[in-house]
Amino acid sequence: MSIAEHPLSKYLRTELMPHIWCSGCGNGIILNAFIRALDDLQIDLNKIVVVSGIGCIGRIAGYLKLDSFHTTHGRPIAVATGIKLANPQLEVVVISGDGDLFAIGGNHFIHAARRNISIKVICANNFNYGMTGGQSGPTTPPKAVTTTTPYGNIEYPFNLVHLASAAGATYVARWTTFHVGRLIASIKKMLLRRGFSFIEVVSQCPEMYGRYNKMRSALEMMEWFKRASVVADFSDPARAEITSDRIVVGEFVDAEKPTYEELLYANIAQTTIKRT
Amino acid sequence: MRGDLGMKDETISAGIYFMSGNMACVEGAIAAGCRFFAGYPISPATEIAEHMAARLPKVGGVFIQMEDEIAALSAIIGASYAGLKAMTATSGPGFSLMQESIGLAAMTETPCVIVDVMRGGPSTGQPTFPGQQDVMQAKWGSHGDYEIIALAPSSVQEMFDLTIEAFNLAETYRVPALLMVDGITARMWERVVIPPAEEIKVNSRKKPRVPPDKYMPFLPDEDMVPPMACFGEGYRFHVTGLTHDELGYPRAEDSAVQMRLVKRLCDKIRRNAEKIVRVDEVMLEDAEIIIVAYGIVARAALNAIKRARELGIKAGLLRLITLWPFPEKNVAKATEGSKAVIVPEMNYGQIVREVERAVKTVPVYHFPKLGEEPHMPKEILEAIVRCGSL
Repeated sequence: MSIAEHPLSKYLRTELMPHIWCSGCGNGIILNAFIRALDDLQIDLNKIVVVSGIGCIGRIAGYLKLDSFHTTHGRPIAVATGIKLANPQLEVVVISGDGDLFAIGGNHFIHAARRNISIKVICANNFNYGMTGGQSGPTTPPKAVTTTTPYGNIEYPFNLVHLASAAGATYVARWTTFHVGRLIASIKKMLLRRGFSFIEVVSQCPEMYGRYNKMRSALEMMEWFKRASVVADFSDPARAEITSDRIVVGEFVDAEKPTYEELLYANIAQTTIKRT
Repeated sequence: MRGDLGMKDETISAGIYFMSGNMACVEGAIAAGCRFFAGYPISPATEIAEHMAARLPKVGGVFIQMEDEIAALSAIIGASYAGLKAMTATSGPGFSLMQESIGLAAMTETPCVIVDVMRGGPSTGQPTFPGQQDVMQAKWGSHGDYEIIALAPSSVQEMFDLTIEAFNLAETYRVPALLMVDGITARMWERVVIPPAEEIKVNSRKKPRVPPDKYMPFLPDEDMVPPMACFGEGYRFHVTGLTHDELGYPRAEDSAVQMRLVKRLCDKIRRNAEKIVRVDEVMLEDAEIIIVAYGIVARAALNAIKRARELGIKAGLLRLITLWPFPEKNVAKATEGSKAVIVPEMNYGQIVREVERAVKTVPVYHFPKLGEEPHMPKEILEAIVRCGSL
């Protein structure tokens, strides 16, 4: 008996399967949403580069059958900046985690957003450092129990959509792994637009986060996303909280502004020595 | 660009000019084909970024000021994989921040050039004073086993010439090439001859000779260097800082792959060391007292050995142009049969350790100097005279 090839397997390095992610992990949903967006748009696969950092979701670059760069911890946006500016014809997508993009890589995120360089960032926010065994991170909710906050987290978390919009991102959205259809639509929109774009995907980590915080399974975590989510498109990102009772999702920013690479190459065109 | 150098507004403006070492470095980079610079302001290397910001757009190149030195070298790595020859420049504190990405560039075999205009350290140290205190960090600064290439210019002309050579070596061996320059050579002004374009030898990375479905991005040729595709060319390949096989796939749990990869990353430089290494030998044939020096200190040493000869002391100079891979065979051969070796350097004992490893039977004397003032010819002469009377 032969097994029919999955219609989306052409987007994957299937020889690297099975993936390293735990059962129940949200990363598979994010990977699925991303390649469905590529497929829907029929993106030229030779003109897209995926850059990732370190952490569970960082391995996504290796699983995609695209030009891909799995960088050092926190640096995907800085590497992506070099790729985009060296060849602005390329679509450059960064897919990484909350710790990678907002703790060790926070500086690169805010400055890329400030420049409005056309890098499209998808952040898997699972509230913890899963790869290293479940430590607290910049988005860990107050009081949450992690291996480095055994008596409860005493830090205030970042609100990523508020941070991104304040830093200058021209597209900002948040969805959860429960909102697959809307997430795919949002990724497609992001791929078709210019400027620094950011989608936060609230994602479940049942193994390293959920089971220490009264959500023993992926299903329980997704029940939370389903129960608590409120779609509030273009509401104030400053008020887009993530609590046990309320997760504000939607598109928060969709603005037009000249991009860094447009301004840069306009400068170069004006300055370059004209040869006769 | 600050000041008028009298250059024509061209990619390579052949002629004789008066300029600073930092400026000559920029002109050398552009002549070598550099079309991407990412940097962060830091004394005494800022002049390179300023000059690049003015010059690169004129030749169609990209200049970006990044948020820190970590980002600068990260962007260089991205730009190199997107197909451009790329460079950054910094000084000690920034060089420390770049160590992480030097490891990534070595692991991912990214051709790139890093200029470190050395000042006094550690930490913030002496921002505007010269030093040679980063020469060991250049080799050992990032974690893990790897090799880089490091060159040490000792004149403004060499800031031009060796920047081109750094690009050529980086492209040939797919390795970070470092220009380790003391703050004096970088900031002093001298005469520079820029030859016509057709006289400048420029190497570029090997491209794949197979179609995308046959391409193995980290499968080396006989020279141990793999041909390099770039993003956007249709090869759709993966690059990772993890231990990876010839396909570029992560194989972090496979010790055989780790052994094969790390050995090749090191051996592609070690086994080609004789092709890479360059030294300058001055009056060594009959020399009894030999100075081993590099950078601006070698200039003072040259003057000192000439004056020693006038006093009847047979002194000679071995000037290291390549610091890494360390020219140990050249040092061993040059010092054989001599009576003493003196290593003056603007640090508290770094390259002298390598010299001691290479020199078998002759005593090696270290002459360290820290602070604003480099070694004076007279001081080196005194050291020669002292050794001569031993």
